[in-house]
Amino acid sequence: MKRFLLFLPLIVAAGIFFLFSQMLEHDPNELQLARKDKPVPAFALPALRDASRILTEQNLRGEPMLVNVWATWCPSCHVEHPYLNKLAKQYGVKVVGLNYKDEREEALKWLARLGDPYVFNIFDEDGRLGLDLGVYGAPETYLVDAGGIIRYRHVGVVDDKVWHEILLPRMQEAGWQGAES
Amino acid sequence: MNLNISRLLLAGMIVLACQSAHALEPYEFPDEQTRLRFQELTYELRCPKCQNQNIADSNAPIAKDLRQEVHRLLEEGKRDDEIVYYLVERYGDFIRYRPPFSLNTALLWLTPIVLVVVGVGVALWLGRRRKVTSNGADDLSPEEEERLARILRAQDRTFE
Repeated sequence: MKRFLLFLPLIVAAGIFFLFSQMLEHDPNELQLARKDKPVPAFALPALRDASRILTEQNLRGEPMLVNVWATWCPSCHVEHPYLNKLAKQYGVKVVGLNYKDEREEALKWLARLGDPYVFNIFDEDGRLGLDLGVYGAPETYLVDAGGIIRYRHVGVVDDKVWHEILLPRMQEAGWQGAES
Repeated sequence: MNLNISRLLLAGMIVLACQSAHALEPYEFPDEQTRLRFQELTYELRCPKCQNQNIADSNAPIAKDLRQEVHRLLEEGKRDDEIVYYLVERYGDFIRYRPPFSLNTALLWLTPIVLVVVGVGVALWLGRRRKVTSNGADDLSPEEEERLARILRAQDRTFE
């Protein structure tokens, strides 16, 4: 018993070390995805380019894709945009845009100026779909599989590192067979 | 003159008291009870973006949206637990300042209890150990007393 007590501080220190090293990996600003492994919530919203075209959750199935939440008021989206262009054009990733709490005119100008990586854009003017998805800050990128199930969410800018280390493996897990696989 | 100053002070205090963010949005409620429920709910829900503020106090756009959502759900006649569930479905248990007991929150809820039990245990153990050692020092058997005296005498001789 005495000998065990001698080692107690060491054991406690090792425990604390383990706990803290776990916390290093964890970003406290990142929320868990409440809708993980659940279907995309039902919606009916106009497309950005063609207001008469109504898009629904049925449009978000068929193959693994990224649903990118963006807005012209979001500076990080500006940073991210060139990489989305690259993903769509070079790697052949299907990227759908969720234009979140934005103005149609501004959004269209942005796409004309910076290029358009999106297959189509859902125009979520008052953020209803955003709220249903649990969006808390743009940019966010959701990985939706062929069955329309949300598999993952990345909060923040998607760049080369995020794509190769986080999104690509999960896209492949979801059955994606693109140019990068 | 004095009256004017106190009026000014009163006006200032009222302005300060209204600093809470949602006071800036003119929400209307059918009755006082609903207004109180709105207040309670927005005080208990955590802003997903700013983390250590509730949605009543935060000025973040998302907090504003969530206040609006709570108001809308109240107007639809939803119960408090339905409203909380609605938001947890979207943002997770994170947005509750009082998370339910689950596997994820077990550490959070149980750690204080475990620490108290461990603390009391250690205190009792230390107390008992002290008593045992002090008793032991007083209770030498006659043979031990004699041996002790002999050792002390022998030591005295060596120092002479």
